[in-house]
Amino acid sequence: MQLVWDGFVKALQLLCSGDPEVLGVTLLSLQISGLATGISLLIGLPLGTLLALHEFKTRRFWISLINTGMALPPVVVGLGVSIFLWRSGPLGDLRLMYTPIAIIIAQTVIAAPVVTGLTLAALQQLNPRLQLQLLGLGASRWQMIWLLWREARLPLLAALMAGFGSVISEVGASMMVGGNLRGQTRVLTTAIVLETSKGEFAAALALSMLLLLLAYLVNLFLTWVQQRQSKG
Amino acid sequence: MALLELQDLILNRGRQPVLHVPQLTIEEGEVLAVIGPNGAGKSTLLLALANLLPPAGGLLRFRGRPLLKKDDLDYRRQIGLVMQDPMLLDGSVAYNVETGLRFRKLPAAERERRAAFWMARLGITALAARPAGKISGGEAQRASLARALALQPALLLLDEPFSALDAPTRSALLDDVHTIFSEQRQTAVFVTHDMQEALALGSRVAVLLNGGLCQVGKPTEVFNMPASTEVAAFVGIETILPGRVLAVEDGLARIQVNGCTFEAVGEVKPGQAVYMCLRPEDFTLHPSDGTALSSARNRLKGQITRLAPQGPLVRVSVDCGFPVVALITLHSSREMGLQTGQTVNLSFKASAAHLVAH
Repeated sequence: MQLVWDGFVKALQLLCSGDPEVLGVTLLSLQISGLATGISLLIGLPLGTLLALHEFKTRRFWISLINTGMALPPVVVGLGVSIFLWRSGPLGDLRLMYTPIAIIIAQTVIAAPVVTGLTLAALQQLNPRLQLQLLGLGASRWQMIWLLWREARLPLLAALMAGFGSVISEVGASMMVGGNLRGQTRVLTTAIVLETSKGEFAAALALSMLLLLLAYLVNLFLTWVQQRQSKG
Repeated sequence: MALLELQDLILNRGRQPVLHVPQLTIEEGEVLAVIGPNGAGKSTLLLALANLLPPAGGLLRFRGRPLLKKDDLDYRRQIGLVMQDPMLLDGSVAYNVETGLRFRKLPAAERERRAAFWMARLGITALAARPAGKISGGEAQRASLARALALQPALLLLDEPFSALDAPTRSALLDDVHTIFSEQRQTAVFVTHDMQEALALGSRVAVLLNGGLCQVGKPTEVFNMPASTEVAAFVGIETILPGRVLAVEDGLARIQVNGCTFEAVGEVKPGQAVYMCLRPEDFTLHPSDGTALSSARNRLKGQITRLAPQGPLVRVSVDCGFPVVALITLHSSREMGLQTGQTVNLSFKASAAHLVAH
């Protein structure tokens, strides 16, 4: 119990002292995961909408692929992205390995299927005749899609939360493609792994609490937006 | 020029044809009621008229212009669609009524003016600020109608808009819609399986059975002179007897049915095979022991097989060697002391029988 207490005290000290390194790691985590979630939304929202609204021959195959992607292990993603970005890999010339961009790419690969799959599910929950009703009132295709998103905005925000949750908490891919370089690619999860491996449980616990707090605050904001919408 | 014209329209579900309409026109100012049982293809026809289902063959012409594009937005902005489920969006009733007007990018003042007018016309002004999810089914359908009417559509398409409502709500809304259609001279196609609704609203009636149009005509024509036994059965004619014309004299045909001879008015030829169609309300029942003189040319005798009360009426099934269904008042039934197994006399006028060629 002493360990937990020490960790709690150290966490409070770290938080209150405004340690620049901790602050840097926290901000980098937020930036990388926020950007990866944003890019995933740009990919997942149109892709999920396409899969939900259009019938084409290979649709079922793509849906099964997206569903598999939703359970993609981060280490497998880390391995795949590493192969691509490795010096001798197909994108080796871009020299992105062990940079924050490499982590953003890996996290996007993790979050995009989550956002796509949940967008698909959100739109499929709507009455399929709603599309016909909107078109029958003179909506253009874009006006129809915009209103379908508006109708499904609560589950779509849930998709965004799930996407962010899947990347802010992952460690395998960030460690493999980022390398946990101090001041460059060290994010909260990789820092926790490092501190734990050094036996610095108090520091690891402090960083864990910071990670939980961060995830909580972001989701609190999204939940607030979601619930405000549901009342409005 | 017809407002909308269909030519040889074919619609498939998968590779299976579900609807084939060789020809149908909708004139300006008319209300065409499309009736048919569930699964006949009524909704499919309506969505095809809205150009929302790609046809496997055929052509739609709007004011003479063929609709050839896969998605003709100009045409879709000439119509208004009301579905069985009001399908209101998340937002206030007023927001919903303005939906189609926003699609057309009308200025806010014009949107509000039109929405206010149609909400008042449909008696939902008090609900304007209420969330659409918190109003009753009847109110939601009124909002859905206001949403479509606010577009001032050249053609209004309605897919069973009253079928999910309870009887009093439906009756009140039906009256209002009838008044609005008459006042606005609104052109509309209205799909229903309810003949009373079709009679109340339709200036023409089209009968759709098994994906094909069986008869199109004035309501009285379709209901009193069905073109086939299938249409007859759908419009409530329950006694359909196969027979042969023995002779025709002064427009009065003598028909032989199952060994009995009846007289009926119809344009038929001697020797022709026909169906004699009779509505339950065309029969008069008499006790078998009494002599009831009447002007009815046709008399029958049979045994009651079933008495089924229907509110103030009783449906009487009689076996006359062939089944006959008559409809009488509960009061008459009690007065005559009708019972199952009892022998009764029936009569019907020659003018009541409708003859359909085989």
